[in-house]
Amino acid sequence: MNEFASQHPLLVVALPKIAVLLFVLLTTLAYLTWFERKVVAHIQARWGPYRVGPHGLLQPLADGLKFLFKEDVTPAGADKFAYFLAPFLSLSLAITSIAVIPFGPKEFTVFGQSTPLAITNLNIGLLILFAITSMSVYGVALAGWSSNSKYSLLGGLRSSAQMVSYELALTMSVVGVVLMAGTFNLSEIVQAQQGFHWGFVPRWNLIGSPMPQVIGFFLFFTAAVAETNRAPFDLVEAEQELVGGFHTEYSSFKFAMFFMAEYSSMITVSCLATILFFGGWLSPFPQTMGWGWTRYIPAVTFAVAGLALIVHGVRYLTILGRFVLPVLGLGLGGLGVLFARPGLPEFVQGPFWFLLKITIFIFVYVWLRGTLPRLRYDKLMDFGWKVLLPLSILNVVITSLAIVWTQR
Amino acid sequence: MTPQMAVFLILAAVTVAGAVSLILQRHPIHSALSLIVVMVALAGLYLLQGAEFIAAVQIIVYGGAIMVLFIFVIMLLNAGEEERTNLSRMARFVGVPLGMVFLLEVAYWIARATSHMTQSSSQAVSTRDLSTLLFREYVFPFELTSFLILIALLGALVLARREDSD
Repeated sequence: MNEFASQHPLLVVALPKIAVLLFVLLTTLAYLTWFERKVVAHIQARWGPYRVGPHGLLQPLADGLKFLFKEDVTPAGADKFAYFLAPFLSLSLAITSIAVIPFGPKEFTVFGQSTPLAITNLNIGLLILFAITSMSVYGVALAGWSSNSKYSLLGGLRSSAQMVSYELALTMSVVGVVLMAGTFNLSEIVQAQQGFHWGFVPRWNLIGSPMPQVIGFFLFFTAAVAETNRAPFDLVEAEQELVGGFHTEYSSFKFAMFFMAEYSSMITVSCLATILFFGGWLSPFPQTMGWGWTRYIPAVTFAVAGLALIVHGVRYLTILGRFVLPVLGLGLGGLGVLFARPGLPEFVQGPFWFLLKITIFIFVYVWLRGTLPRLRYDKLMDFGWKVLLPLSILNVVITSLAIVWTQR
Repeated sequence: MTPQMAVFLILAAVTVAGAVSLILQRHPIHSALSLIVVMVALAGLYLLQGAEFIAAVQIIVYGGAIMVLFIFVIMLLNAGEEERTNLSRMARFVGVPLGMVFLLEVAYWIARATSHMTQSSSQAVSTRDLSTLLFREYVFPFELTSFLILIALLGALVLARREDSD
């Protein structure tokens, strides 16, 4: 088997990795809809999905089935080719961008083949992500144009203008980080953020030296929210004005594909924000003497979450819930116990912190949607061109000056 | 056949097919889409030569930014399908042969120029080397080019303004 693996690394290592990541990603996408509905509901003092399964946990499954069985309508006078191409383009580009994200520092070994915790580790990872972002405008623009509907066309036009405008600020805002790390390789950018100020404050780029990228981070996240067409920059699908914007005429699974593309790019942006400004998979605690216990945080977190779920689950009001929730809790608790086994805490630590940071960012995304009103279109354009872009250029200038100053 | 050769042939075929489709399509959007295919396939060809940075920039600048503007303008003007006209007598008897001659000429010169070329070292050109070269040795032509682009931009602005004030 090892011999076969060394002859066909693509078949034995890369393909299974892609399959696993794709499965995890698609499941996560489905459950992100549940997460968003729950969080927004609680922000608005509602319960959110509650009926389908315990705490509405089966809702994504029901939604998925519904999407599959709905009639797929193609509007009269639509440009068939572009109409079909648009959702595929959106979703495939959004999913492809996950391929360059590194999830942890450790390489793991499959049949004697050592491989990083990412689909691929590219020298130009960051550039590839921006290339994909710049291409993803087409999905939205083509969808709007090909539907032969005025709402879609207006939505498509708005989105292409918005995405092109904010892409500039998005790209400029990370130049500071690239200058400080001296590379486009995402793993190396994370590695450049190792170390601690005064022994306990992590030197993540957000508060790194020589120039803390606080401005860079806020510019990046603002531009990224606009780039992913999320509230408060979701003019692309402003319901009150445009019905559904570019996807007004889409139904059934094509609509679901746009939906999944949106969530997938949310994940990518969260990953990127984590990697560029928040130290990626690096633990927020030092690994030196006296801090060794922090290795067990993942295990403890999982165990406690599992326990809480069991305690809550046995008293749930439906019988299904009384069965499903404790089983889920057992699973989580079991993972917690597994993670405490010798050798594993070091390995689990990286992915754990990475996923935790991503989750926080996704929560912020939803939080923004639940809190902020939508911008007016001209304000949006003004903000992009007159505030974000000049500030990001200023950030580049200051960061380069700081780097030159400290290197003397 | 090496895998590189196979990938090259595929990408080359896609590039040429995209270019032909760009001319033959009757709808401007479809032509623009064909051009995007050409740009992306070209980026693949650069990648095959080990020029990672150039490939990424090709997609970001040409595949992304510039073609989005094309699509945007076509959508904004809501341009319809083009009417196809038959070739005029002039085009048929003078244009087509002249085009052929031109193509042959180009092919001949390219073949002549590349016959004594050696294979480049297939080592990937790092972004660092490229930028050092660009900002140290060729900084003057580089800045000059950016000025040229700036002048073109200003020219476009001036022209657009003049029409506005009338």
